[in-house]
Amino acid sequence: MNATQIGWAGLVGSFGLVAIAIGLSFWQRLQLSRSMLWASARAAVQLLLVGFALRLVLDSKTSVWWAWLWVVIMIGFAGFTIRSRAKEVPGIFLLGTLSMLTVVVVSLSVIFGFHVFPIEGRTIVPLAGMMIGNSMTSCVLVGRRIVGELSEKRDEVEARLALGLSWQEASRPCVRSALRTALVPQIETTKAVGLVFLPGAMTGLVLAGVDAVDAVTVQLALMYLVLGSVATSVTVIGLGLTRRVFTPDHRLRSIARTAH
Amino acid sequence: MGPTNIPVESEALLSFQSVSFVVDAERKILHEISLSVVPAAVTVLAGPSGAGKSTLLRLGNRLDVPSAGRVRFRGEDSAAIDPRELRRRVGMVFQKPVPFAGSVRANLKVGAPQASDDELGRSLDRVGLESSLLDRVADDLSGGEAQRMCIARTLLTRPEVILMDEPTSALDHENRLGIERLAKELAREGIGILWVSHDLAQVRRIADLAFVLIDGRNASEEETAAYLEQGMSGEQQ
Repeated sequence: MNATQIGWAGLVGSFGLVAIAIGLSFWQRLQLSRSMLWASARAAVQLLLVGFALRLVLDSKTSVWWAWLWVVIMIGFAGFTIRSRAKEVPGIFLLGTLSMLTVVVVSLSVIFGFHVFPIEGRTIVPLAGMMIGNSMTSCVLVGRRIVGELSEKRDEVEARLALGLSWQEASRPCVRSALRTALVPQIETTKAVGLVFLPGAMTGLVLAGVDAVDAVTVQLALMYLVLGSVATSVTVIGLGLTRRVFTPDHRLRSIARTAH
Repeated sequence: MGPTNIPVESEALLSFQSVSFVVDAERKILHEISLSVVPAAVTVLAGPSGAGKSTLLRLGNRLDVPSAGRVRFRGEDSAAIDPRELRRRVGMVFQKPVPFAGSVRANLKVGAPQASDDELGRSLDRVGLESSLLDRVADDLSGGEAQRMCIARTLLTRPEVILMDEPTSALDHENRLGIERLAKELAREGIGILWVSHDLAQVRRIADLAFVLIDGRNASEEETAAYLEQGMSGEQQ
Protein backbone atom coordinates (compact mmCIF):
# COMPACT_ATOMS: atom_id res chain seq x y z
CA MET A 1 0.00 0.00 0.00
CA ASN A 2 1.33 3.52 -0.79
CA ALA A 3 0.36 6.92 0.61
CA THR A 4 -2.52 7.33 -1.82
CA GLN A 5 -4.19 4.02 -0.97
CA ILE A 6 -5.47 4.03 2.58
CA GLY A 7 -7.87 1.13 2.02
CA TRP A 8 -11.19 0.45 3.74
CA ALA A 9 -9.47 -0.30 7.04
CA GLY A 10 -7.74 3.08 6.95
CA LEU A 11 -11.05 4.78 6.22
CA VAL A 12 -12.70 3.08 9.17
CA GLY A 13 -9.72 4.04 11.31
CA SER A 14 -10.03 7.69 10.37
CA PHE A 15 -13.68 7.49 11.35
CA GLY A 16 -12.37 6.98 14.86
CA LEU A 17 -11.73 10.73 14.97
CA VAL A 18 -15.41 11.34 14.27
CA ALA A 19 -16.17 8.99 17.17
CA ILE A 20 -14.03 11.24 19.39
CA ALA A 21 -15.99 14.28 18.21
CA ILE A 22 -19.26 12.48 18.94
CA GLY A 23 -17.94 11.54 22.39
CA LEU A 24 -17.12 15.20 23.05
CA SER A 25 -20.61 16.18 21.93
CA PHE A 26 -22.15 13.72 24.43
CA TRP A 27 -19.82 14.89 27.20
CA GLN A 28 -20.59 18.59 26.65
CA ARG A 29 -24.27 17.91 25.82
CA LEU A 30 -23.95 19.77 22.51
CA GLN A 31 -26.70 17.62 20.94
CA LEU A 32 -24.70 17.45 17.72
CA SER A 33 -24.02 13.69 17.70
CA ARG A 34 -26.77 12.87 15.21
CA SER A 35 -25.79 15.76 12.95
CA MET A 36 -22.17 14.60 12.96
CA LEU A 37 -23.11 11.03 12.18
CA TRP A 38 -25.47 12.16 9.41
CA ALA A 39 -22.87 14.53 7.91
CA SER A 40 -20.17 11.86 7.99
CA ALA A 41 -22.43 9.21 6.43
CA ARG A 42 -23.72 11.61 3.79
CA ALA A 43 -20.20 12.73 2.86
CA ALA A 44 -19.14 9.08 2.57
CA VAL A 45 -22.03 8.14 0.28
CA GLN A 46 -21.70 11.27 -1.88
CA LEU A 47 -17.95 11.01 -2.29
CA LEU A 48 -18.00 7.27 -2.94
CA LEU A 49 -20.63 7.72 -5.63
CA VAL A 50 -18.61 10.53 -7.16
CA GLY A 51 -15.47 8.42 -6.86
CA PHE A 52 -16.97 5.49 -8.77
CA ALA A 53 -18.43 7.83 -11.40
CA LEU A 54 -15.11 9.64 -11.73
CA ARG A 55 -13.31 6.32 -12.13
CA LEU A 56 -15.41 5.75 -15.23
CA VAL A 57 -15.02 9.29 -16.56
CA LEU A 58 -11.31 9.57 -15.86
CA ASP A 59 -10.35 6.18 -17.21
CA SER A 60 -7.81 6.68 -19.97
CA LYS A 61 -9.92 4.52 -22.29
CA THR A 62 -13.03 6.69 -21.80
CA SER A 63 -13.65 9.50 -24.29
CA VAL A 64 -12.64 12.93 -23.00
CA TRP A 65 -16.15 14.17 -23.90
CA TRP A 66 -17.50 12.46 -20.78
CA ALA A 67 -15.22 14.71 -18.74
CA TRP A 68 -16.58 17.78 -20.52
CA LEU A 69 -20.14 16.57 -19.86
CA TRP A 70 -19.20 16.27 -16.19
CA VAL A 71 -18.02 19.89 -16.25
CA VAL A 72 -21.31 21.03 -17.81
CA ILE A 73 -23.23 19.26 -15.04
CA MET A 74 -20.98 20.89 -12.42
CA ILE A 75 -21.70 24.33 -13.91
CA GLY A 76 -25.46 23.67 -13.76
CA PHE A 77 -25.27 22.49 -10.15
CA ALA A 78 -23.18 25.52 -9.24
CA GLY A 79 -25.90 27.77 -10.74
CA PHE A 80 -28.54 26.07 -8.60
CA THR A 81 -26.37 26.28 -5.49
CA ILE A 82 -25.71 29.98 -6.01
CA ARG A 83 -29.44 30.59 -6.45
CA SER A 84 -30.33 28.68 -3.31
CA ARG A 85 -27.82 30.69 -1.27
CA ALA A 86 -28.81 34.11 -2.66
CA LYS A 87 -32.53 33.87 -3.36
CA GLU A 88 -33.06 37.62 -2.93
CA VAL A 89 -30.74 38.45 -5.82
CA PRO A 90 -32.69 38.91 -9.05
CA GLY A 91 -31.67 36.67 -11.96
CA ILE A 92 -28.89 35.07 -9.94
CA PHE A 93 -29.34 31.60 -11.47
CA LEU A 94 -28.60 32.74 -15.01
CA LEU A 95 -25.89 35.15 -13.93
CA GLY A 96 -24.29 32.54 -11.67
CA THR A 97 -24.35 29.90 -14.38
CA LEU A 98 -22.93 32.36 -16.91
CA SER A 99 -20.27 33.36 -14.44
CA MET A 100 -19.24 29.73 -13.82
CA LEU A 101 -19.18 29.06 -17.55
CA THR A 102 -16.93 32.09 -18.07
CA VAL A 103 -14.61 30.96 -15.28
CA VAL A 104 -14.28 27.47 -16.74
CA VAL A 105 -13.70 28.73 -20.28
CA VAL A 106 -11.13 31.33 -19.24
CA SER A 107 -9.23 29.23 -16.71
CA LEU A 108 -9.14 26.03 -18.78
CA SER A 109 -8.13 28.03 -21.86
CA VAL A 110 -5.15 29.36 -19.92
CA ILE A 111 -4.28 25.97 -18.43
CA PHE A 112 -4.49 24.05 -21.68
CA GLY A 113 -3.44 26.94 -23.93
CA PHE A 114 -0.15 27.29 -22.08
CA HIS A 115 0.19 23.50 -21.69
CA VAL A 116 0.25 23.77 -17.89
CA PHE A 117 -1.50 20.39 -17.83
CA PRO A 118 -2.42 18.00 -20.66
CA ILE A 119 -6.04 17.88 -21.90
CA GLU A 120 -7.24 14.68 -20.25
CA GLY A 121 -10.27 13.66 -18.22
CA ARG A 122 -8.12 13.43 -15.08
CA THR A 123 -7.10 17.12 -15.45
CA ILE A 124 -10.31 18.64 -16.87
CA VAL A 125 -12.68 17.53 -14.11
CA PRO A 126 -10.66 18.35 -10.97
CA LEU A 127 -9.35 21.64 -12.35
CA ALA A 128 -12.80 22.82 -13.41
CA GLY A 129 -14.18 21.68 -10.04
CA MET A 130 -11.53 23.64 -8.19
CA MET A 131 -12.22 26.84 -10.14
CA ILE A 132 -16.00 26.49 -9.81
CA GLY A 133 -15.88 25.60 -6.12
CA ASN A 134 -13.74 28.57 -5.20
CA SER A 135 -15.65 31.03 -7.38
CA MET A 136 -19.11 29.95 -6.22
CA THR A 137 -18.78 31.33 -2.69
CA SER A 138 -17.45 34.62 -3.99
CA CYS A 139 -20.34 34.87 -6.46
CA VAL A 140 -22.89 34.46 -3.68
CA LEU A 141 -21.06 37.02 -1.59
CA VAL A 142 -20.78 39.62 -4.33
CA GLY A 143 -24.41 39.16 -5.42
CA ARG A 144 -25.73 39.65 -1.92
CA ARG A 145 -23.41 42.59 -1.25
CA ILE A 146 -24.39 44.43 -4.43
CA VAL A 147 -28.10 44.10 -3.75
CA GLY A 148 -27.53 45.05 -0.11
CA GLU A 149 -25.38 48.07 -0.98
CA LEU A 150 -27.78 49.38 -3.61
CA SER A 151 -30.67 48.86 -1.22
CA GLU A 152 -29.02 50.54 1.75
CA LYS A 153 -27.56 53.36 -0.31
CA ARG A 154 -30.50 53.91 -2.61
CA ASP A 155 -30.69 57.62 -1.64
CA GLU A 156 -27.05 58.10 -2.55
CA VAL A 157 -27.37 56.25 -5.86
CA GLU A 158 -30.47 58.24 -6.83
CA ALA A 159 -28.77 61.49 -5.81
CA ARG A 160 -26.00 60.63 -8.28
CA LEU A 161 -28.54 59.72 -10.99
CA ALA A 162 -30.32 63.01 -10.31
CA LEU A 163 -27.07 64.83 -11.14
CA GLY A 164 -27.15 63.32 -14.62
CA LEU A 165 -24.80 60.39 -14.03
CA SER A 166 -25.28 57.13 -15.89
CA TRP A 167 -26.25 54.01 -13.95
CA GLN A 168 -22.71 52.73 -14.33
CA GLU A 169 -21.29 55.87 -12.73
CA ALA A 170 -24.00 56.12 -10.08
CA SER A 171 -23.55 52.53 -8.92
CA ARG A 172 -19.75 52.45 -9.12
CA PRO A 173 -19.00 53.14 -5.42
CA CYS A 174 -21.44 50.40 -4.34
CA VAL A 175 -20.21 47.88 -6.91
CA ARG A 176 -16.58 48.64 -6.11
CA SER A 177 -17.21 48.08 -2.40
CA ALA A 178 -19.01 44.77 -3.08
CA LEU A 179 -16.25 43.51 -5.40
CA ARG A 180 -13.61 44.35 -2.81
CA THR A 181 -15.58 42.50 -0.12
CA ALA A 182 -15.75 39.41 -2.32
CA LEU A 183 -12.12 39.48 -3.47
CA VAL A 184 -10.31 40.35 -0.26
CA PRO A 185 -10.76 36.91 1.40
CA GLN A 186 -9.24 35.18 -1.63
CA ILE A 187 -6.34 37.63 -1.69
CA GLU A 188 -5.76 37.08 2.03
CA THR A 189 -5.85 33.31 1.52
CA THR A 190 -3.30 33.64 -1.28
CA LYS A 191 -1.06 35.74 0.96
CA ALA A 192 -1.24 33.33 3.90
CA VAL A 193 -0.62 30.16 1.92
CA GLY A 194 2.42 28.22 3.04
CA LEU A 195 2.74 30.23 6.25
CA VAL A 196 -0.58 29.38 7.85
CA PHE A 197 -1.78 26.35 5.96
CA LEU A 198 -0.73 23.96 3.25
CA PRO A 199 -3.32 23.88 0.49
CA GLY A 200 -5.14 20.74 -0.53
CA ALA A 201 -3.63 20.05 -3.94
CA MET A 202 -0.09 20.38 -2.64
CA THR A 203 -0.84 18.21 0.39
CA GLY A 204 -2.35 15.57 -1.90
CA LEU A 205 0.68 15.57 -4.18
CA VAL A 206 3.11 15.32 -1.29
CA LEU A 207 1.08 12.45 0.17
CA ALA A 208 1.20 10.80 -3.25
CA GLY A 209 4.98 10.92 -3.12
CA VAL A 210 5.64 13.87 -5.46
CA ASP A 211 8.71 15.99 -4.74
CA ALA A 212 7.76 18.92 -2.47
CA VAL A 213 9.09 21.60 -4.83
CA ASP A 214 7.23 20.07 -7.78
CA ALA A 215 4.11 19.99 -5.61
CA VAL A 216 4.61 23.67 -4.75
CA THR A 217 4.88 24.73 -8.39
CA VAL A 218 1.63 22.91 -9.23
CA GLN A 219 -0.03 24.47 -6.22
CA LEU A 220 1.20 27.95 -7.14
CA ALA A 221 -0.16 27.61 -10.66
CA LEU A 222 -3.49 26.50 -9.24
CA MET A 223 -3.64 29.33 -6.71
CA TYR A 224 -3.00 31.93 -9.39
CA LEU A 225 -5.72 30.36 -11.50
CA VAL A 226 -8.12 30.30 -8.55
CA LEU A 227 -7.43 33.97 -7.82
CA GLY A 228 -8.00 34.81 -11.48
CA SER A 229 -11.17 32.69 -11.54
CA VAL A 230 -12.62 34.36 -8.46
CA ALA A 231 -11.84 37.80 -9.90
CA THR A 232 -13.44 36.83 -13.22
CA SER A 233 -16.56 35.36 -11.65
CA VAL A 234 -17.25 38.26 -9.28
CA THR A 235 -16.74 40.72 -12.12
CA VAL A 236 -19.24 38.86 -14.33
CA ILE A 237 -21.77 38.74 -11.48
CA GLY A 238 -21.04 42.32 -10.44
CA LEU A 239 -21.48 43.86 -13.87
CA GLY A 240 -24.35 41.59 -14.91
CA LEU A 241 -26.32 42.07 -11.73
CA THR A 242 -25.85 45.83 -11.66
CA ARG A 243 -27.15 46.03 -15.22
CA ARG A 244 -30.22 44.04 -14.17
CA VAL A 245 -31.18 46.29 -11.25
CA PHE A 246 -31.14 49.41 -13.41
CA THR A 247 -33.44 50.18 -16.32
CA PRO A 248 -31.98 51.14 -19.70
CA ASP A 249 -33.07 54.72 -19.00
CA HIS A 250 -30.90 54.89 -15.88
CA ARG A 251 -33.43 54.29 -13.12
CA LEU A 252 -32.85 52.05 -10.12
CA ARG A 253 -35.50 49.33 -10.10
CA SER A 254 -37.62 48.86 -7.00
CA ILE A 255 -36.35 45.28 -6.53
CA ALA A 256 -33.32 46.55 -4.68
CA ARG A 257 -35.51 48.27 -2.09
CA THR A 258 -36.81 45.04 -0.66
CA ALA A 259 -33.69 42.93 -0.78
CA HIS A 260 -31.23 42.72 2.12
CA MET B 1 -48.11 87.17 -5.74
CA GLY B 2 -50.18 85.15 -3.32
CA PRO B 3 -50.58 81.38 -3.54
CA THR B 4 -52.97 80.47 -6.32
CA ASN B 5 -53.75 77.48 -8.48
CA ILE B 6 -53.11 78.04 -12.17
CA PRO B 7 -53.81 75.98 -15.30
CA VAL B 8 -51.08 74.41 -17.46
CA GLU B 9 -49.37 77.22 -19.31
CA SER B 10 -47.62 77.26 -22.64
CA GLU B 11 -44.62 79.11 -21.17
CA ALA B 12 -44.05 76.34 -18.68
CA LEU B 13 -40.53 74.99 -18.26
CA LEU B 14 -41.83 71.73 -16.92
CA SER B 15 -45.41 70.53 -17.15
CA PHE B 16 -47.22 67.45 -15.95
CA GLN B 17 -50.15 66.61 -18.20
CA SER B 18 -52.77 64.21 -16.82
CA VAL B 19 -50.04 62.20 -15.15
CA SER B 20 -50.91 59.01 -13.29
CA PHE B 21 -48.61 56.70 -11.37
CA VAL B 22 -49.68 53.22 -10.37
CA VAL B 23 -47.45 50.77 -8.49
CA ASP B 24 -49.98 47.94 -8.70
CA ALA B 25 -53.75 47.42 -8.52
CA GLU B 26 -53.67 48.15 -4.79
CA ARG B 27 -51.45 51.20 -4.92
CA LYS B 28 -52.59 53.99 -7.23
CA ILE B 29 -50.39 56.85 -6.11
CA LEU B 30 -51.27 59.60 -8.61
CA HIS B 31 -54.38 60.11 -10.70
CA GLU B 32 -54.36 62.47 -13.71
CA ILE B 33 -52.29 65.24 -12.17
CA SER B 34 -51.76 68.38 -14.21
CA LEU B 35 -49.55 71.26 -13.18
CA SER B 36 -46.74 73.35 -14.54
CA VAL B 37 -43.55 75.02 -13.38
CA VAL B 38 -42.82 78.42 -14.85
CA PRO B 39 -39.50 80.28 -14.95
CA ALA B 40 -38.48 82.76 -12.27
CA ALA B 41 -41.06 81.61 -9.73
CA VAL B 42 -41.34 79.33 -6.75
CA THR B 43 -44.17 76.92 -7.43
CA VAL B 44 -45.21 75.09 -4.31
CA LEU B 45 -46.76 71.67 -4.38
CA ALA B 46 -48.65 71.37 -1.11
CA GLY B 47 -50.82 68.73 0.40
CA PRO B 48 -51.07 66.37 3.33
CA SER B 49 -48.50 63.61 3.89
CA GLY B 50 -49.07 60.65 1.57
CA ALA B 51 -50.79 62.75 -1.11
CA GLY B 52 -48.18 61.74 -3.72
CA LYS B 53 -46.16 64.97 -3.82
CA SER B 54 -42.72 63.34 -3.66
CA THR B 55 -43.73 60.74 -6.24
CA LEU B 56 -44.74 63.51 -8.64
CA LEU B 57 -41.37 65.16 -8.17
CA ARG B 58 -39.60 61.88 -9.02
CA LEU B 59 -41.55 61.81 -12.29
CA GLY B 60 -40.23 65.31 -13.01
CA ASN B 61 -36.68 64.15 -13.58
CA ARG B 62 -37.48 60.55 -14.46
CA LEU B 63 -36.32 58.75 -11.36
CA ASP B 64 -39.72 57.15 -11.99
CA VAL B 65 -41.85 57.18 -15.13
CA PRO B 66 -45.60 57.88 -15.26
CA SER B 67 -48.04 55.02 -15.86
CA ALA B 68 -50.14 57.40 -17.99
CA GLY B 69 -49.96 61.00 -19.12
CA ARG B 70 -46.97 63.11 -20.18
CA VAL B 71 -44.23 65.08 -18.51
CA ARG B 72 -42.96 67.82 -20.82
CA PHE B 73 -39.78 69.84 -20.50
CA ARG B 74 -39.87 73.03 -22.55
CA GLY B 75 -42.73 71.49 -24.51
CA GLU B 76 -40.85 68.31 -25.40
CA ASP B 77 -41.95 64.94 -24.09
CA SER B 78 -39.40 64.14 -21.38
CA ALA B 79 -39.52 60.47 -22.41
CA ALA B 80 -37.85 61.51 -25.68
CA ILE B 81 -34.98 63.29 -23.91
CA ASP B 82 -31.86 61.44 -22.76
CA PRO B 83 -32.55 61.05 -19.01
CA ARG B 84 -29.00 62.11 -18.13
CA GLU B 85 -29.48 65.35 -20.05
CA LEU B 86 -32.96 65.87 -18.61
CA ARG B 87 -31.69 65.39 -15.06
CA ARG B 88 -28.98 67.98 -15.53
CA ARG B 89 -31.56 70.50 -16.74
CA VAL B 90 -34.17 69.48 -14.17
CA GLY B 91 -32.18 69.17 -10.96
CA MET B 92 -33.41 67.64 -7.74
CA VAL B 93 -32.79 68.37 -4.09
CA PHE B 94 -33.89 65.63 -1.72
CA GLN B 95 -35.63 65.80 1.62
CA LYS B 96 -32.55 64.74 3.55
CA PRO B 97 -29.21 66.03 2.35
CA VAL B 98 -27.19 63.25 0.71
CA PRO B 99 -23.49 64.10 1.00
CA PHE B 100 -21.25 61.60 -0.78
CA ALA B 101 -18.10 60.21 0.81
CA GLY B 102 -15.12 62.53 0.53
CA SER B 103 -14.55 66.26 0.57
CA VAL B 104 -16.96 69.03 -0.38
CA ARG B 105 -14.82 69.53 -3.49
CA ALA B 106 -15.27 65.86 -4.46
CA ASN B 107 -19.01 66.18 -3.90
CA LEU B 108 -19.31 69.26 -6.08
CA LYS B 109 -17.26 67.65 -8.84
CA VAL B 110 -19.63 64.70 -9.15
CA GLY B 111 -21.96 66.68 -11.38
CA ALA B 112 -19.27 68.96 -12.83
CA PRO B 113 -15.98 67.05 -13.07
CA GLN B 114 -14.29 69.77 -15.15
CA ALA B 115 -15.17 72.64 -12.81
CA SER B 116 -12.23 74.67 -11.46
CA ASP B 117 -11.81 75.52 -7.80
CA ASP B 118 -12.91 79.09 -8.66
CA GLU B 119 -16.17 77.80 -10.09
CA LEU B 120 -16.70 75.48 -7.13
CA GLY B 121 -16.02 78.35 -4.74
CA ARG B 122 -18.53 80.55 -6.58
CA SER B 123 -21.16 77.82 -6.38
CA LEU B 124 -20.64 77.62 -2.61
CA ASP B 125 -20.82 81.38 -2.37
CA ARG B 126 -24.08 81.34 -4.31
CA VAL B 127 -25.69 79.14 -1.64
CA GLY B 128 -24.23 81.12 1.25
CA LEU B 129 -21.28 78.88 2.13
CA GLU B 130 -17.63 79.85 2.46
CA SER B 131 -15.36 78.62 -0.31
CA SER B 132 -12.92 77.57 2.42
CA LEU B 133 -15.24 74.61 2.99
CA LEU B 134 -14.00 72.93 -0.21
CA ASP B 135 -11.50 70.78 1.67
CA ARG B 136 -13.90 69.88 4.49
CA VAL B 137 -15.11 66.28 4.70
CA ALA B 138 -18.73 66.45 3.53
CA ASP B 139 -19.95 64.18 6.32
CA ASP B 140 -18.70 66.71 8.87
CA LEU B 141 -21.02 69.48 7.63
CA SER B 142 -24.03 70.48 9.73
CA GLY B 143 -27.49 69.61 8.37
CA GLY B 144 -28.03 73.11 7.00
CA GLU B 145 -24.56 73.28 5.45
CA ALA B 146 -24.99 69.82 3.91
CA GLN B 147 -28.30 70.79 2.31
CA ARG B 148 -26.78 73.99 0.94
CA MET B 149 -23.85 71.99 -0.43
CA CYS B 150 -26.33 69.63 -2.12
CA ILE B 151 -28.04 72.64 -3.71
CA ALA B 152 -24.63 73.95 -4.86
CA ARG B 153 -23.88 70.51 -6.30
CA THR B 154 -27.15 70.63 -8.23
CA LEU B 155 -26.54 74.20 -9.41
CA LEU B 156 -23.23 73.17 -10.96
CA THR B 157 -25.14 71.16 -13.59
CA ARG B 158 -26.78 74.49 -14.62
CA PRO B 159 -30.41 73.39 -14.17
CA GLU B 160 -33.32 75.38 -15.55
CA VAL B 161 -35.70 73.80 -13.05
CA ILE B 162 -34.95 72.59 -9.53
CA LEU B 163 -37.28 70.11 -7.86
CA MET B 164 -37.05 70.49 -4.08
CA ASP B 165 -38.60 67.70 -2.04
CA GLU B 166 -39.29 69.18 1.40
CA PRO B 167 -35.67 70.34 1.50
CA THR B 168 -35.98 71.97 4.92
CA SER B 169 -37.87 69.27 6.80
CA ALA B 170 -34.72 68.06 8.59
CA LEU B 171 -33.46 71.57 9.42
CA ASP B 172 -33.91 74.01 12.30
CA HIS B 173 -35.95 77.20 11.87
CA GLU B 174 -33.01 79.45 11.02
CA ASN B 175 -31.64 77.12 8.37
CA ARG B 176 -35.15 76.59 7.04
CA LEU B 177 -35.58 80.33 6.45
CA GLY B 178 -32.11 80.49 4.89
CA ILE B 179 -32.91 77.77 2.32
CA GLU B 180 -36.25 79.42 1.59
CA ARG B 181 -34.49 82.75 0.88
CA LEU B 182 -32.02 80.89 -1.34
CA ALA B 183 -34.87 79.34 -3.35
CA LYS B 184 -36.42 82.77 -3.85
CA GLU B 185 -33.07 84.15 -5.02
CA LEU B 186 -32.60 81.30 -7.48
CA ALA B 187 -36.09 81.93 -8.81
CA ARG B 188 -35.22 85.60 -9.28
CA GLU B 189 -32.24 84.45 -11.37
CA GLY B 190 -34.74 82.77 -13.70
CA ILE B 191 -34.73 79.18 -12.43
CA GLY B 192 -38.12 77.51 -12.07
CA ILE B 193 -38.48 76.05 -8.59
CA LEU B 194 -40.97 73.32 -7.74
CA TRP B 195 -40.98 73.02 -3.95
CA VAL B 196 -42.86 70.29 -2.12
CA SER B 197 -44.12 71.16 1.33
CA HIS B 198 -46.80 70.17 3.77
CA ASP B 199 -45.87 73.07 6.05
CA LEU B 200 -48.59 75.61 5.33
CA ALA B 201 -46.78 78.49 7.03
CA GLN B 202 -43.87 77.79 4.68
CA VAL B 203 -46.22 77.68 1.69
CA ARG B 204 -47.39 81.17 2.59
CA ARG B 205 -43.82 82.43 2.92
CA ILE B 206 -42.40 81.19 -0.33
CA ALA B 207 -45.10 80.36 -2.88
CA ASP B 208 -45.47 82.45 -6.00
CA LEU B 209 -47.83 79.76 -7.28
CA ALA B 210 -49.35 76.87 -5.39
CA PHE B 211 -50.88 73.55 -6.30
CA VAL B 212 -52.52 71.24 -3.83
CA LEU B 213 -52.62 67.47 -4.09
CA ILE B 214 -55.10 65.45 -2.06
CA ASP B 215 -55.18 61.64 -2.20
CA GLY B 216 -53.10 61.61 -5.37
CA ARG B 217 -55.28 63.99 -7.38
CA ASN B 218 -55.39 67.71 -8.12
CA ALA B 219 -57.47 69.40 -5.43
CA SER B 220 -60.50 71.32 -6.70
CA GLU B 221 -60.51 75.09 -6.34
CA GLU B 222 -62.67 74.83 -3.23
CA GLU B 223 -60.43 72.17 -1.67
CA THR B 224 -57.32 74.19 -2.50
CA ALA B 225 -58.76 77.33 -0.92
CA ALA B 226 -59.91 75.40 2.15
CA TYR B 227 -56.54 73.66 2.51
CA LEU B 228 -54.53 76.84 2.19
CA GLU B 229 -56.95 78.62 4.51
CA GLN B 230 -55.80 76.32 7.31
CA GLY B 231 -52.34 77.85 6.85
CA MET B 232 -53.80 81.34 7.14
CA SER B 233 -55.34 80.36 10.47
CA GLY B 234 -52.00 78.95 11.63
CA GLU B 235 -52.83 75.23 11.50
CA GLN B 236 -50.67 72.61 9.82
CA GLN B 237 -51.48 69.30 8.26
